[in-house]
Amino acid sequence: MFAALRDWIDERFDWADLTAPLRKKTVPAHDLSYWYFLGGITLFLFGIQVCTGILLLLYYRPSATEAFESVQYIMTRVQFGWLVRSIHSWAANLMIFTAFCHMFSVLFLGAYRKPRELTWITGMLLLFLAMGFGFSGYLLPWNTLAFFATKVGTEITGQVPVIGHGLKVFLRGGEDVTGATLTRFFGFHVALLPGLTVLMLLIHIALVQYFGMSVPPSVEARWKASPSEMRQMKFFPNFFLRELMSWYIALGVLGALAAILPWELGAKADPFAPAPAGIRPEWYFMFMFQTLKKIPAKVWFADGDVLGIFVFGVAGIVWLLLPFFEQAGGRRGRRLVLGAGIFALSYIIAMTIYGYMAK
Amino acid sequence: MDTWLNKGFPWSLTLLLTIVCVCVGGARAQAPSTCLDCHAALDPPLQVTQAQFSQDIHAQKGLTCASCHGGDPTKADMDAMSKAVGFRGKIKRSQIPELCGHCHSDGTFMRKYNPSLRTDQFTQYKTSVHGKRLVQGDTKVAVCIDCHGVHDLRPASDPRSKITPLNVAQTCSRCHSDAKYMQGYGIPTDQYANYNRSVHHEAMTVRGDLSAPTCPTCHGNHGAAPPGIDSVKNVCANCHVFQAQMYDKSTHKVAFQSTGLPGCVVCHSNHGVSLPTDAKLGTGPEAVCMRCHKPGDICDQARAKMLQDLTQLDGAVKAADRILGVAESSGMEVSEARTEQDQARDSLTKARVTIHSFKTELVEQDIQAGLKIAAKTQAEGQAALAERDRRRRGLGLSLGIILAVLLGLRLYIRQIESNASKVETAELRH
Repeated sequence: MFAALRDWIDERFDWADLTAPLRKKTVPAHDLSYWYFLGGITLFLFGIQVCTGILLLLYYRPSATEAFESVQYIMTRVQFGWLVRSIHSWAANLMIFTAFCHMFSVLFLGAYRKPRELTWITGMLLLFLAMGFGFSGYLLPWNTLAFFATKVGTEITGQVPVIGHGLKVFLRGGEDVTGATLTRFFGFHVALLPGLTVLMLLIHIALVQYFGMSVPPSVEARWKASPSEMRQMKFFPNFFLRELMSWYIALGVLGALAAILPWELGAKADPFAPAPAGIRPEWYFMFMFQTLKKIPAKVWFADGDVLGIFVFGVAGIVWLLLPFFEQAGGRRGRRLVLGAGIFALSYIIAMTIYGYMAK
Repeated sequence: MDTWLNKGFPWSLTLLLTIVCVCVGGARAQAPSTCLDCHAALDPPLQVTQAQFSQDIHAQKGLTCASCHGGDPTKADMDAMSKAVGFRGKIKRSQIPELCGHCHSDGTFMRKYNPSLRTDQFTQYKTSVHGKRLVQGDTKVAVCIDCHGVHDLRPASDPRSKITPLNVAQTCSRCHSDAKYMQGYGIPTDQYANYNRSVHHEAMTVRGDLSAPTCPTCHGNHGAAPPGIDSVKNVCANCHVFQAQMYDKSTHKVAFQSTGLPGCVVCHSNHGVSLPTDAKLGTGPEAVCMRCHKPGDICDQARAKMLQDLTQLDGAVKAADRILGVAESSGMEVSEARTEQDQARDSLTKARVTIHSFKTELVEQDIQAGLKIAAKTQAEGQAALAERDRRRRGLGLSLGIILAVLLGLRLYIRQIESNASKVETAELRH
């Protein structure tokens, strides 16, 4: 059947010509090549998100009176609804995790360096968009924890100087978190963010294709010293099949998590109830949340929260423009970037653990 | 150089003069009371400090020392306390309720300050044990200031007030727990100690339920008196409505009335009322039925039947809870069954209320309704566990397939790379 299909295409488009770029494309083969798979796994998980998200849309109702019940219905009455919802939630978390890993691997392997600055920037924007997906999607089941976490999250947004209040009202659809917030977040989650993400993803992938895979500086130096050691692997089928294996492993992990630890639904949000103890955001916001919690109310003359948000804002912009800072820094630039990377990774891990341990 | 002063001098001067005039005029209008000048420096009980008096609701509303004690506080030294200016001095305890009632019983006057405040306190006080004994000349009994305080009197809405729900029992206990002070009245002094062990006190202090009963809830406040034997049930029924309705249907009501027993108190006691458990229907140390009934009589049989029913439903609810808990901890969504469990628990609570009718057939109805729901939720819990096992088997199968595909891919990659390497070697040989 595949042969017939291939012949059918071949008659019209010349199969060999069509697949020539794939056959010509190669990937550097060295002992750090497995880090290349992280981007592909993130892309695979995004695909899972799109598919499961579409399935959830068949039953989900974005209103304060029906959202919780519709998710409950999906989990208890719809055939394999529990699996779809659980995979959607777990894949979201795994996707952000692999995106973080991908970002740090790119940083430590020096893949952001000239001429790949734009690849780094689009990748960072994709990570921010993924976090936006997480923040907007967290509220959609309209359960107690998500409701109050969104309240805290949007309240923090309100602390941003000058535009904070307007931004908070825009996000909430009013002064408080209500059904209007849910409808708004639903819109961001299923229309605005997917549109932006697909656009950014196409640019990111196009840039990766254009520049090819980066070779880590240490490997590059070794190959320069001894050119006979230089190895390349065909993208298709050799690298592609390995990538496929990594996707299968991700699928296995995802399935195991969804079946053994199905994503909880919790209790329906009650806006009039007092906030329960232990309100916390999703794990990928925890380091920021815990930092803001620990900053004193007043630091010298500045408001603690405002200062914290300002510092995170500046750090985000610096991180986004990191490749340019390295170039400007000359010889010390690379060392500075590596140091910043190690510090950021240690800080994120430490504050996340602290956030979960602290009462 | 023009400054704001020389540029608009006439305007500035006018403003400055106006401020000075207003300040001086204001100071004259609010001439301070001279009473506190001396009384702040005196020793108790004559001491009243400015800090103390500024907290007083009367002072905050503009009343002065003279409002109760008479005299003229604007005069210096002892002239302020001259009988010629209407000074009344220390108010006798026996005259305090009447003095307070002078304003607090005047609806027209009180409306100016707090229109929603009742004005029948003095009328009620006269019907209380305290009020009656005061008229008879007993000045040891409580008068207004004993409960409300004096000179730093706070409204009941102020959490620091002596009469807020959380503080009032302690305020009553200041006299009623003092055995020496209460000597001669012939009433016990362990009410406060008992109340502190009661379920009502727990509801108030542990659960923070400020509507939970405290002394005035059952005894009244200004008209405080022990509820008579006939009215005990009516007092309890203010909160325990359904229990009272059931009790009205029971044979106990007639029996207790005819023997002069105080209704609810017979089984539950009064100040130290504890959390009622099913053990009250048993035969152990907490049991109450067998204090009056004989083993084996028709009432003992009814008691045993009701206890058995309650135990059965309690066990069924707990068993369903257990299985739902296991399903929940396995990640299964059982919130609907959990909601149904609440209905089963409601049936159990209803049956415990129906006990007060002492009619086994009525209790049986509630028990059967609860058992039916508990059986359904238990079945839902078992179905959830079966579904969990099915999912795990499905996962095992899926992981097996994934593993097989991974193995197949690995072998395929090895094969194509080995073939490519052979071709490469052959090409090199040529």
